[in-house]
This record gives sequence, structure tokens and C-alpha cells, in this order.
Amino acid sequence: MFRNLTNRIFLILLVLALALWVDLSDEIILPNPFDEGAFLFTRDVKARLGLDLQGGLQVLLEADLPAETNVTRDAMDTARGIVENRTNALGVSENLIQVAGERRIVGEFPGAEDTDAILDIIQQTGLLEFVDTGDFTPEEGTILQTDFATGSTPEPTPADGTQAPTIYHTIMTGKELRSVNVGVDQRGSPGIDFVLTSEGATIFAEHTAANIGKTLAIVLDKVVVSAPNINDAIPDGQGQISGNFTAESANALAVQLRYGSLPIPLKVVETRIIGPTLGEDSLQKSLVAGFVGMIIVILFMGIYYRLPGVVADLSILIYAAIAFAVFKYFHFTLTLPGIAGFLLSTGAALDANILIFERIKEELRNGRNLSQAVGQGWTRAWPSIWESNVTTIITSVILYWFGSTFGATIVKGFSLTLALGVGISLFTAIYITRTLLALFLQTFKPTNLQRWFGI
Amino acid sequence: MIDILSKRYLYFLISVLVILPGLVILGTRGLPLSIDFTGGSLLEVQFEEGKTPQPAQLVGLYETAGIDDAQVQTTDSGTLLIRSSFLENEKRDSVLSAMKAESGSDVAVIRFDSVGPSIGSQVASRAALAVAIAALGVVLFITYVFRNVPNAFRYGFCAIIAMAHDVAVVFSIVGIGSLILDWQIDALFLTALLTVIGFSVQDKVVVFDRIRENTHIFRRLNYENLVNHSIVQTLQRSINTQLMTVEFLLLAMALFGGVTLQEFAVILLVGLFSGTYSSIFIAAPILVLWENREWENWFGRKAAA
Repeated sequence: MFRNLTNRIFLILLVLALALWVDLSDEIILPNPFDEGAFLFTRDVKARLGLDLQGGLQVLLEADLPAETNVTRDAMDTARGIVENRTNALGVSENLIQVAGERRIVGEFPGAEDTDAILDIIQQTGLLEFVDTGDFTPEEGTILQTDFATGSTPEPTPADGTQAPTIYHTIMTGKELRSVNVGVDQRGSPGIDFVLTSEGATIFAEHTAANIGKTLAIVLDKVVVSAPNINDAIPDGQGQISGNFTAESANALAVQLRYGSLPIPLKVVETRIIGPTLGEDSLQKSLVAGFVGMIIVILFMGIYYRLPGVVADLSILIYAAIAFAVFKYFHFTLTLPGIAGFLLSTGAALDANILIFERIKEELRNGRNLSQAVGQGWTRAWPSIWESNVTTIITSVILYWFGSTFGATIVKGFSLTLALGVGISLFTAIYITRTLLALFLQTFKPTNLQRWFGI
Repeated sequence: MIDILSKRYLYFLISVLVILPGLVILGTRGLPLSIDFTGGSLLEVQFEEGKTPQPAQLVGLYETAGIDDAQVQTTDSGTLLIRSSFLENEKRDSVLSAMKAESGSDVAVIRFDSVGPSIGSQVASRAALAVAIAALGVVLFITYVFRNVPNAFRYGFCAIIAMAHDVAVVFSIVGIGSLILDWQIDALFLTALLTVIGFSVQDKVVVFDRIRENTHIFRRLNYENLVNHSIVQTLQRSINTQLMTVEFLLLAMALFGGVTLQEFAVILLVGLFSGTYSSIFIAAPILVLWENREWENWFGRKAAA
């Protein structure tokens, strides 16, 4: 039937071997044969489970600015990067932070246990100011108004009852910090050691020299963290923030300072937390469901369509191996709807085969010989397969767009696996099934069509 | 050959009987929109055995926190599901610690969803837009694919009517589900709906394709017989693909897939079944009805059943 049958089978085996390699390993490594210890290629292909399958936190952040304010893409990207750095520093792995739409950021933290710590740390703007309060020594927790403008300012605490709030001068901001570390202060409790940039050091040296005896408040997001007196000029640009810190809060503040302040304030507009038990339960159940469904389908195809059915079963298994490998290789997160999308695309793959086999049977009944019937089956069924799958892909694309705008990752996962599955299924139905069927027909040379094809 | 098309008015009646009850429920009770679309929050918690507080106690705790619309529901797995308006994370924490104090038990958060009100309404309008664009894209595609067939537009139009039929069936199921099983329309439902639309059209394309092919082969045959012939030819495929493969997989999902997937799977199951049904019993009959201009007889004589 094919002159190049050997080549085709070779190609299929090659694709299958590659797919299985990715399927069965957590990391694929290609060592360089000429240079020991070096690698030509490495890639982490660990399966990524979504929040619904392993539990975790998903949070949707929105720029906390009036609706008419234009939020630039740059600002969103910067904010995204900062959120990513801050949360990574908390030691949560496999975080996924993405800009969704024009003014939203979606963050996913699979397996996260301390969800509160994450929520706290991403929400704070993290604007550190060194504020000259003169002779006034504000208490920790006081809200100050400063002359450094930002998007949102909390209501200032009136200094004493009715008086209009004083606006204090900000000498410099956290931008001038070069490095930040958690250290121990004189009293032995946690504090934050910082080193300023050379520019910052100059400002700091000048100010401290000129204001000995005055107060220099250290203010985070307009709230006073500590308000030390300036005892001496500090010329070397090094200093320490002490306050009422625990080891954790000192560390959290250090993280915020290290990665800078958010260019735009963010507020949480959506939170989803899935406990680990629910996730594990769902994973178990959906695996069982997928397995049972596949077994029934494989049995049905084999019994109803006989030889072609068995061939289709083989190509469906190859299809599953390829699809799973693609998901792992490109780091798609597997979610419940994702698995559903995958199963449905398996249905679409089977549909292509069923269309072809029904056509072959029809042609056989019309008295054509086997090779004619098989050829006709593919040619005639092709328009239906092609057009019907395109409609599915159209819907998937629209779903994907919808999902990305709203950070609705469940919808995204579903549409992505569905579209990819349909794409891969076209290849398996047309190329693999046909090649394998040709191989079987050549090997067995069946004569009893009734028995082999179930017509 | 089986004569499928002659009983077409009976099929229309069956569809109406399936669609109406659910839509009436939705009409009287309103759409059961979830917090994905309305904004609000949902907290599922589990207490240690024997320490689960009464729902009224929890409502009280919420009221203390300043939320007066909390509704508590007990699930099959012994957890409590509390729906309320949008809860900020700080409020959630204070409610949770109040629960711990009140019950003297450890409280495990199984699930927490909280959607801001502005997000919810935007999701709803974008979702409607997504469905509309999907429908339009599909009709344009069909009209393009059938451009060489007489009255190509009719095929696209009939596919849309049948698609609307499937959407109505899905909504009807949700209506019935909302009455009996407290189902809600959420983002996952939307996914199911769009899938039904995609596959519904996929199925129509297969049947229409056969009609197109047969138009060139059986030039003498009248249109009704031609369509009937095409349906019968694709019948085996329709049954096998939809009722066996897709439905097997979904049935497995509905039976073994856990609570999260059940509603999704059942809606897909019914919706995809409806997609196959409507290709044969709605879309094709309407093509014939249109060709015969049967509406001219509807009021003059009894329907030509």
C-alpha cells in the first residue's frame, strides 16, 4: 500500500521513543559524547500538577488605581517581576505569576501551605522612606504623610486631634538600598542591616551630619517602622533598622526591601485556596475515571471494529503517550478540566478513526477490494475529519482567550489540552493508524473480510 | 432504508418537552449564578469529628465579623460550605480564628474562593461575548466550507438553530440540577457549554458533509430522500462516536470523577448527547422543512406529519 512503509514505521517508532523518554523521566539529559561532564541538552520535564490536583493558592491582583488611570504594560511587567521575586524568596516553588489582561496579575502557588504569608507579602507596596520628622518622634505604627507621592495614601493619623496633618519631607526611598540583610540589633533582637548605594550614602551622610539629635523615621508604606534619633553622622552608607521585629517579620521586610517597591499598588480581587486533601482526592478519582473510561473504549473499539479497531487502539495509546509528553515538555499544568479536555480530544481522535472505518466498511460492502476500500476510506472521510476538528479548534482558541484575560486558569487548561489533543489526534488518526493498518494487512494478508473487519 | 425524517414534528415536540421544564425553573428561580459571576466568597471547612458547630452558630460568627448574608450548607463528606459576600483575606482570618475559638476544634480549610464584585460582573459579560464570538466563528466557517453547495447559508443557519437547541438543553439541565442538586453556573459550566457548542457543530459538519457529497452522487433524488439517505449513512458513526466513545469517557468521569467534576461531566454528557441528537433530529429536518417551505401549510392545513 505504501512504498515507504519502512520509513513510516521508523518515524512512528522514533516519535514514540522520544515521547516515552519524556513520559517516563523527570528530566531529560543529553550528555555531550566529546566532552565529559558537559551536556548538549537538558530539560526539566517533571509533570506539573495544577492547584486543583495538589492544593495551593491562586490569587488575582488588580492595579489599585482609579479605572480611568492608564496602567502601562511596563509597570505591570515590573510589578509582576517583583511579586515573583518576593514570593520566590519565601521558599515557595513552582510559582507562576502572569500578567492577565491590562491591569491584572494572576499568581499561582501550587502546594503552598502558608497562604497568609504569601498574600501579605505580595500586597504590600513595599515603599520604604527615610523621613525627616525633626524633633517629633513618632511611635511605631503611626501613619505619616510625606511629600513623596504614590498611588494610594492611607488616611494619616492626626498628630493631635484636630490639627491638620503635617507633611514630612522624605529624604530618600528604598531605591537607594544596595543590599539588605537580616541582622541582630544592639538589644539582641532581629533587625535589618542595610548598605546604601554611593548616591544614597552621600545623601545619608549629609543629612545625618546636619541633623544630629533629630529624628529620622523609617517608614514603610507610610507606616512608621522605627524612629531612631540621629546620634552621629553616618558617612559610610551603612545602617540598621531596628524595630519590633520577629525573625519572620524581619525576613519578610528584608525580602520586600530587596526587591524594591511596586510601581503600582495592587489589591487582591480574587483568592482561591484549595486544601491538599481535596486536591489529592480529585487526582486519585480522575485517574481512576480516566483509566476506566479508556479501558471501556479500547474494548469497544476492538470488539466492534475488529482488526482496524485494534489498530486504532494502538494508535490511541501512542496518541496518549505523545500528548502527555508534549504537556510535560512544554510545562503545561495539569488540572482537572485539563484532564477532561484531554479525554475529550481522545474522543475526537477516536471519531476520526470511526469515520474512516465506517467508510472502509461501506466501500467493502459496495464490492471494492481491500486496498481500494482502505484508500477510499481515508480520502472520503478526510473532509469531514478536517472540517469538524477545525470547528473544535476555533472554540478552543476563543476559550483560551477568555481564560487568559481573567486568569481563569481552569478554562485555559481545558482549552489548551483540548486544542493540542485535537491537533495531535489528527496526526495519529491519519498517519499512525493508516501506517499500522497497512503493516497489519501486509503481514496477515486477511482474506475473511467478515471476520477481520466485522462487516 | 429507515425513514427518519417523516416524523420530524414529533422530534421537535420531544425537544420542546425536554427543554421547557428546566427553562421554566430558571425563569421562575432566576439563573443560579455562582460567585465566579456575581462576586462573593465560598469557604469550605472541616472540623474535628464531633466538634462541628451548628450552622446557626457559624452564621452568628459571620455576623459578628460584619457579614450578614452567610449561608451554611453541610456536604456529603461532612464538611461545611459557607457562602457569603466578598470576604477579604483579613476578614477570613478573623472568622476562622473565631471558629476555632467557638468550637474548640482545629479548623482545616478545604477550599476558599473569593471573587471581588467588579471581577464577577466583568467575567459574566466577557463570557457572554466569548459564546457569541464562538457561535459567529463557527457559522462563518461552515458557510465558507459549504460555499459550493446551493443555499450554503442554510447549512450555517441550521447548524446555529441546532446549536441553540443544544445550549437550551444544557441550560434546562442546569435548571433542573439547580432545583434538585444545588448546581450553580460557574466558570467550569462555561467551559462545558463552549465544548458542547464546539462538538455540536463538529457533528453537524459530519452529517452536512455527507449531504454535500450525496448531492453530487444522487442528482435525481428529491431533497428529503437525499437528506434521509445521508443521515442513515452516517448513523452508525454518529452512534459509535458520540454515544460510545465520548459518552463512555464522560460517564466514567461522572461516576468516578469526584464532586468537582461531576456537575461538569453530567452537563457535558447531556450536552454532547444533545449535540448528536440535534444533528439528526433537528438540523437535518429543518433543512428539509426549509427546502419544502412547509411553513406555508402550517396554518392552512394540519401539519404534514
